[in-house]
Amino acid sequence: MNKTQNNKAWWLVVPVLILVAFNAFIPLMTVVNYAFQETFGDNVFFWEGTTWFEQVLRSGRFHDALIRQFLFTGMILAIEVPLGVGVALTMPRKGPWVSVCLVLMALPLLIPWNVVGAMWNIFALPDIGLLGYTLNSIGIDYNFTRQPFAAWMTTVVMDVWHWTSLIVLLCYAGLSSIPDDYYQAAHIDGASRWAIFRYIQLPKMKRVLTIAILLRFMDSFMIYTEPFVLTGGGPGNTTTFLSIDLVKIALGQFDLGPAAAMSLIYFLMVLLTCWAFYTIMMRNEEQ
Amino acid sequence: MGLSWMAWTWPTATFFVVVVLSIVVMGIWERFSPGGNPRRGIFGLDTTRGDRLFISWLGTGFINLGWLAFYGAPLWGGLFLSIGWFIFVFRYV
Repeated sequence: MNKTQNNKAWWLVVPVLILVAFNAFIPLMTVVNYAFQETFGDNVFFWEGTTWFEQVLRSGRFHDALIRQFLFTGMILAIEVPLGVGVALTMPRKGPWVSVCLVLMALPLLIPWNVVGAMWNIFALPDIGLLGYTLNSIGIDYNFTRQPFAAWMTTVVMDVWHWTSLIVLLCYAGLSSIPDDYYQAAHIDGASRWAIFRYIQLPKMKRVLTIAILLRFMDSFMIYTEPFVLTGGGPGNTTTFLSIDLVKIALGQFDLGPAAAMSLIYFLMVLLTCWAFYTIMMRNEEQ
Repeated sequence: MGLSWMAWTWPTATFFVVVVLSIVVMGIWERFSPGGNPRRGIFGLDTTRGDRLFISWLGTGFINLGWLAFYGAPLWGGLFLSIGWFIFVFRYV
């Protein structure tokens, strides 16, 4: 087939470019400008050079938030990905239960972030919440408002509850694209359950799984609302992830310069991750 | 409505002009030698010129942040490393 080369089609992209200019480029440029200056309000700015970047890069507070962020993202990926794949494998492929399962799986995804946070907050309260009260009644000392470990576990479990479904649904879509012939052939060859998973199901899921991991990575890396509502970053700073810290600096302390510098560092990390995942995905597609 | 809320300064404006210029140069380069010169470089990545520009700019960001974290201002060392990185990426990656 002959492809028509016509670069005039690029003009069709102009509306999108204008939109993106207003909601992404111009704010980003402003953030870059703020990152090099100090302001006390009233649109008066003083040049500070790279002071804020040095301050943020060398501050223990930023390092701690970064470590917490990576720990959190690593933990939820380590739980959600195997769990999601596992659930997708056990879901029925045919029959009336398919729709029931799909709807049940989609439910947590439809709940707004702040509602999830509020729900889990009430659910986990030690004196009235179902989870908190039950745990304390059976003798486990649990109080997420003052125990760092309990706060972490509650945040992680909440994220797993909210987002494992996404991985399940994506993997399920990958699994349903496998024709029955593959399984019949494997059956005739006497393939074990593990061999079927390793050589038929996993390769077919590879692409959707990469997208699922990318989505979960990005989403958990910028997580804000749920832990903010649930723990408010506490107790102390133990669940203060990058975005919560950023908002504390920018809006709590009104330190626009350091906050802008931190946003740019954050942005570069996100950009690097996106690029890495994009490269991996493109390579998978070629194979 | 003025642009005072954007708090423009000459250094940051220069930075954005250089970024835009690098993209314009890419456009001109593409005009004279179309196709983007795709190849597989020493990291085993398939890249075109546009990819190499992106990798260069992204790397530059991290080089300068690293310079600030370990040595601090002024950034001349970071700048020289970045130029070296640009040449390296366009030559070998």
